[in-house]
Amino acid sequence: MKLNRLGSAAAVLSIAALALTACGSDNPTGAASSAPAGGASADAAVSGTLTGIGASSQKSAMEAWITGFKGQNAQANVQYSPDGSGAGRKAFLAGGAQFAGSDAYLKPEEKEESKKVCGPDGAFNVPAYVSPIAVAFNLEGVEELNLDATTIAKIFKKEITKWNDEAIAKQNPDAKLPDTAITVVHRNDESGTTENFVEYLKATAGDVWTYDVSGDWPKDIQSENAKGTSGVVSTAGSTPGAITYADFSAVGDLSTVNVKVGDEYTKISAEAAAKALETATPVEGAAKNDLALDLKRDTTEAGTYPIVLLSYHIYCNTYKDQATVDLVKAFGKYVVSAEGQKTASDSAGNAPLSTSIEEKAAAAIDSITVAK
Amino acid sequence: MTTNALTSKSSTSGRAGDKIFSGAALGAGVLILITLFAVAVFLLIQALPTFMADPADISGGEGFFAYIWPIVIGTVIAAAIALLIATPIGLGVALFISHFAPRRIAGPLGYVIDLLAAIPSVIYGAWGYMVLAPALVPGYDWLAANMGFIPIFEGPASQTGKTMLTAGIVLAVMVLPIITSLSREIFLQTPKLHEEAALALGATRWEMITTAVLPFARPGIISAVMLGLGRALGETMAVALVLSTGGLIPSLIQSGNQTIAAEIALNFPEAFGLRLAELIAAGLVLFLITLVVNMIARAIIARHKEFSGAN
Repeated sequence: MKLNRLGSAAAVLSIAALALTACGSDNPTGAASSAPAGGASADAAVSGTLTGIGASSQKSAMEAWITGFKGQNAQANVQYSPDGSGAGRKAFLAGGAQFAGSDAYLKPEEKEESKKVCGPDGAFNVPAYVSPIAVAFNLEGVEELNLDATTIAKIFKKEITKWNDEAIAKQNPDAKLPDTAITVVHRNDESGTTENFVEYLKATAGDVWTYDVSGDWPKDIQSENAKGTSGVVSTAGSTPGAITYADFSAVGDLSTVNVKVGDEYTKISAEAAAKALETATPVEGAAKNDLALDLKRDTTEAGTYPIVLLSYHIYCNTYKDQATVDLVKAFGKYVVSAEGQKTASDSAGNAPLSTSIEEKAAAAIDSITVAK
Repeated sequence: MTTNALTSKSSTSGRAGDKIFSGAALGAGVLILITLFAVAVFLLIQALPTFMADPADISGGEGFFAYIWPIVIGTVIAAAIALLIATPIGLGVALFISHFAPRRIAGPLGYVIDLLAAIPSVIYGAWGYMVLAPALVPGYDWLAANMGFIPIFEGPASQTGKTMLTAGIVLAVMVLPIITSLSREIFLQTPKLHEEAALALGATRWEMITTAVLPFARPGIISAVMLGLGRALGETMAVALVLSTGGLIPSLIQSGNQTIAAEIALNFPEAFGLRLAELIAAGLVLFLITLVVNMIARAIIARHKEFSGAN
């Protein structure tokens, strides 16, 4: 009898345990709470709670922004739920958040949809977060390597399999390249880092990199992988001969690749990444306050580092009351201000926006009005 | 049940206590069924768009079946490796604690084993990919060089060690305390008379165990292994961290393969729309696999019950 009971308890428990393990991620979808009524002007301290949902890439920068913003406006609160870019845009379009963080700008059809919650002018994109993506490797005695896009693409496609391959040696006559096998390490979770990295490969070495651009690594290339930025960096760090791509702020002791732009090799830096934004062109057909940018990954301008992750904040052109407008404006302008950008880069290690983009972004956010 | 006969004889105060107890027990039982049912309904509803979508829109572009079967196989492989390693070790440890070790050692050893169950899976995962995986690389290289003719050890071996075999070993460590603790409790319940009778008939200690302890404990061992299997099938974080995921391949020492739970964990944060429905459908499949496994286990236990010493 006793055994019987134990058996059934075991069966029930195991089912319950399994059913429970399926839901691992918590999902704080805070309801959009509007600010209490009040006629505070945009320059005075604002109050209320602002809710945003979006890209996890902005997570640590956002924490810095929220802390800094609260320091200036003790009565205000900002909640940001890093559920992902797609989830953020979807929640924003459904009216579940007052702003979204997204690694991709709103597409025309999404803008059309945004008119439902934002009024006739819809929503607009503002660049908020720029971060260079390093191509990092672990090779004893080699501090840096010069590589062009085609070689990088071939390495990540596993067409070049040894570190002393002719294609690498030709560009690095001074480096002592060992006869070590190259171990490619990529992200196994969907990520904006992957998306921006493969977008660069596709744009600059399209004849080698024939895969579609997406946040998932191409299924046809079977290579080593790990979860998250910390995962790929740690795996590459413990594997001699490994190469990976990761947010520059997180590469730690790994050596980085200087990427060929035009005729020169550009060393990765925040300044070189910010320059990539300067050479970017506005998306065609966008409204005048919309700052969606098409990055020129294949730029030839010297000193530009083209592998960057650009993440946007998406706001409505109109909000329903003055208090919300004030709150959104205050927060949005703080984020793109020199101070906000510096706070974020101090803690997240991203590249600050350039002054001209900061000014444009502030002007765009200033155009937010109360819905009529 | 014979409760009716019993309660009719008992005093009125005892009757109230019986009623409360049976009500509470019934409530607990029903609650579990409702929870299970609610989970099943949630999975079904959320997964529905996957089955109605155009096969070309599903990840991989060839429909849900083509998407799910490689990771179903991967899940089963990982769990099988874990059980193959953990079952003999777990039973051995349990027997040692219950029948061989001096009491002074048995207590602390059992306690330490139980402690393994209290370690969070993310810690196992971190240990797996930071410590265990690099340490196994030379072994994998050796396997690839010397045993490479067997498809499961086909080279070139992974240079990070983040392979299916590593994931299986980590899972085995996680499953071990479950199998050990349950088996130990069951071994200890073997009727002393059976054991002494076997010894009196001239059996050695090992013969006593094979003739008296193991037959008695068989249904319990199966339960323990199934509970371990449940954990191995559903383990998420450890596999997500340890395994270099990829398409289905036979070799266990190259990067590749994927499990359902890890697939969900890795893609859930950025998933929305159809992709989310797909992942929940994958969860539904995992749910079904577990149900089937448990039903098979129940059937096996039921068949062996009459031969065991339990009754």
